[in-house]
Amino acid sequence: MFHVSRLDPSADTAHEPPGNGAFQPCLQEIFSGPYAASAAGFALGQLGAFGDLAGPILWVQERTAIREGGRPFAHGLPGGLSLIHVTASNAKHALWAMEEGLRCTALSAVIGELWGEPAALDFTATRRLAVASETHGVPAFLLRIGGAPNLSGARQRWRIGPAPSPAHRWNPAAPGAATFTAELFRSRTRAPATWTLHHDGAANRLDLAPEAGDRALGEGERIIR
Amino acid sequence: MPVVSANELQERPTALVSEGTHGLVIAAANAAAIAAGVGPSARFADARAICPQLQSVPHDPQGDAALLERLTRWSRRWGPWTALDGADGLLIDTTGSAHLFGGKQATIAQMLRSISQVGYSARAAMAPTAAAAWALARFGGDAQRSQSTPAICEADQITSALAPLPVAALRLDTPTVLLLKRLGLKTIGDLMAVPREGLVRRFRNRRDPAANPLIRLDQALGSAREAIPALETEPAQRAFARVAEPILHVAILLPVLETLSQQLSGSLRKRHRGARRLGFEAFRIDGHVARLEAELARPTRDPAHMTKLFAERLEGLEAGFGFDAFALTALWHEELDAAQPDLSGAVPDDALLASMIDRLVVRLGRHNVRLPQPRASHMPERSVVWVSAVEKLSLPRSRSKAAAARFNAKTPHQLPLPFHQRPLRLLDTPEPIAVLYITPDGVPRRFTWRRVQHEVIKVEGPERIAPEWWREKSTARLRDYYRVEDQAGARYWIYRGGLVGDGRGGAPDWYLHGLFA
Repeated sequence: MFHVSRLDPSADTAHEPPGNGAFQPCLQEIFSGPYAASAAGFALGQLGAFGDLAGPILWVQERTAIREGGRPFAHGLPGGLSLIHVTASNAKHALWAMEEGLRCTALSAVIGELWGEPAALDFTATRRLAVASETHGVPAFLLRIGGAPNLSGARQRWRIGPAPSPAHRWNPAAPGAATFTAELFRSRTRAPATWTLHHDGAANRLDLAPEAGDRALGEGERIIR
Repeated sequence: MPVVSANELQERPTALVSEGTHGLVIAAANAAAIAAGVGPSARFADARAICPQLQSVPHDPQGDAALLERLTRWSRRWGPWTALDGADGLLIDTTGSAHLFGGKQATIAQMLRSISQVGYSARAAMAPTAAAAWALARFGGDAQRSQSTPAICEADQITSALAPLPVAALRLDTPTVLLLKRLGLKTIGDLMAVPREGLVRRFRNRRDPAANPLIRLDQALGSAREAIPALETEPAQRAFARVAEPILHVAILLPVLETLSQQLSGSLRKRHRGARRLGFEAFRIDGHVARLEAELARPTRDPAHMTKLFAERLEGLEAGFGFDAFALTALWHEELDAAQPDLSGAVPDDALLASMIDRLVVRLGRHNVRLPQPRASHMPERSVVWVSAVEKLSLPRSRSKAAAARFNAKTPHQLPLPFHQRPLRLLDTPEPIAVLYITPDGVPRRFTWRRVQHEVIKVEGPERIAPEWWREKSTARLRDYYRVEDQAGARYWIYRGGLVGDGRGGAPDWYLHGLFA
């Protein structure tokens, strides 16, 4: 398997090779279906593009999100990532905690997780997060599990879902690297587009999947390397 | 160094009496009374029968305690650290100060002389440990030993000095002394001759030092630490403000809070302290007190930060008929020296983090802001323990570096597993799923989770995690974890609890435990 290129939404068009520049920290709103892990995995995968993660990340979860999708598991996170976890009883507290986190420049990133469409999440709330993120240079990811895109001040809005993974390196029957379908449907810097992305676990970065894909194995055929 | 209250009638048999359940009981007696056969804890009526000329003086424990406390302060002339020791003793730490009075002999002689000049009789002993000095002062030497030859024990003779003393000299409680006597251990030397393992085993359930002879013995020999509490506690760090007119509107409280923060910060700065827990009290004129508390991740005396912690929560206060007095107290404070991070004046990262955590903790509660701490366990839910961020951040600061290193060494965690993947998210409790399989021990083919059916397209496993028998019940079943991918590409971590015919329940159940990215 080979990786075509590295994803960089600051590039102008979807298929252009990536530029050298890292991401500008901003608020990204990431929508996903009830399967909560791909949105989180996509957010964590992007963190590699922000350079070294010196500080911890603040992970704010609403109680409903914890009940439905569980908590982050320390042994499953990309290596070297330290975590401060906040349990908020409702969306209002979660948004407040995210904003407090974004004002702290010692953090590498702030991830907030909301379930459904809480009333507290309106245009003003997202706009506040977006401004705080850009002012203090802390990237923010608002994970909207099972939410619908309403009016929002987020700079980038993504729709993320799982995708069938490529073949595992050693075991053809096993699930391979984490794979997402990522649809960027609103962005200030670039045209909307859809990608299929692999997460390179060792380097903690996202790679574009080859468009052709690997040929499916025939019956009784074996991988010879 | 027991001090016995005296009066001018040393020669007449005299006893201090207190009110007992069945009449007057003797609390203490002077030498003449003891010589006449009257001892403490006897009934006064019985004692009168033995010694008709016995006179009684009412016992005043509070007065004695106050007097002893005064003596303790006064005896600070011989050492920087003195402490009360029970109802009739005082401890003086003379480490490094004995030579100022001409050596140990001269120091102890001067102590006894001064105390007898004040009008009390005393017995003194000097030893490398407080426990040994206690034993020698009370039990050292023979009964007729003159008061002018106090016991001085050097570090190398501590074992030989203590060996002939009775076990009661170890400050043990009465049942333990009785038990040791029944075991045939009458002196400390007998106790030291017993193999240590036997004593550990016999007294392993006793945490109280007074009931555990091994702890007391270690304290006397200097191999266990013993804290000697200081006589006085530090004055409370507290700022107080009164207002002329009761304040009804919470909005006006902010300037008051700012003033209090400034005051408290000033007094903390004077003592080189930083607050770790703050309490804000607003006193209502109708007798109620509204209280707010805030805990801090690291010591601080920044007035702006202190104000900010309470400013948001002022609105929740019930003013009633109005507040007329306010207090801001540092309920817990730690050493904090003035520090300048660098010449640019930028705030260091850990200070930023700590102040952010403070704000989160104040609003959301300390149990809602946490850090994952790895633990030595293969069970996924047990391999991570969540600790409050306030405690975790404060740990290396509040203890010494060596202690912090020891703490970290004590919590070994699971080694990285290069061949096993762990999910990104773990459910708090594994959720039961219905699974279709071809053979009961084989891989799953299809499963239903939350009423949605998932076809298993790719699967890896099993990864077997055996139950931790030293922690769990004997009925705990092993788990076979599978990493599966469904038709949409979503990856799950599911397990089969138990095996067919493992004798720990019926057919194995299936659970979904985690979600992969």
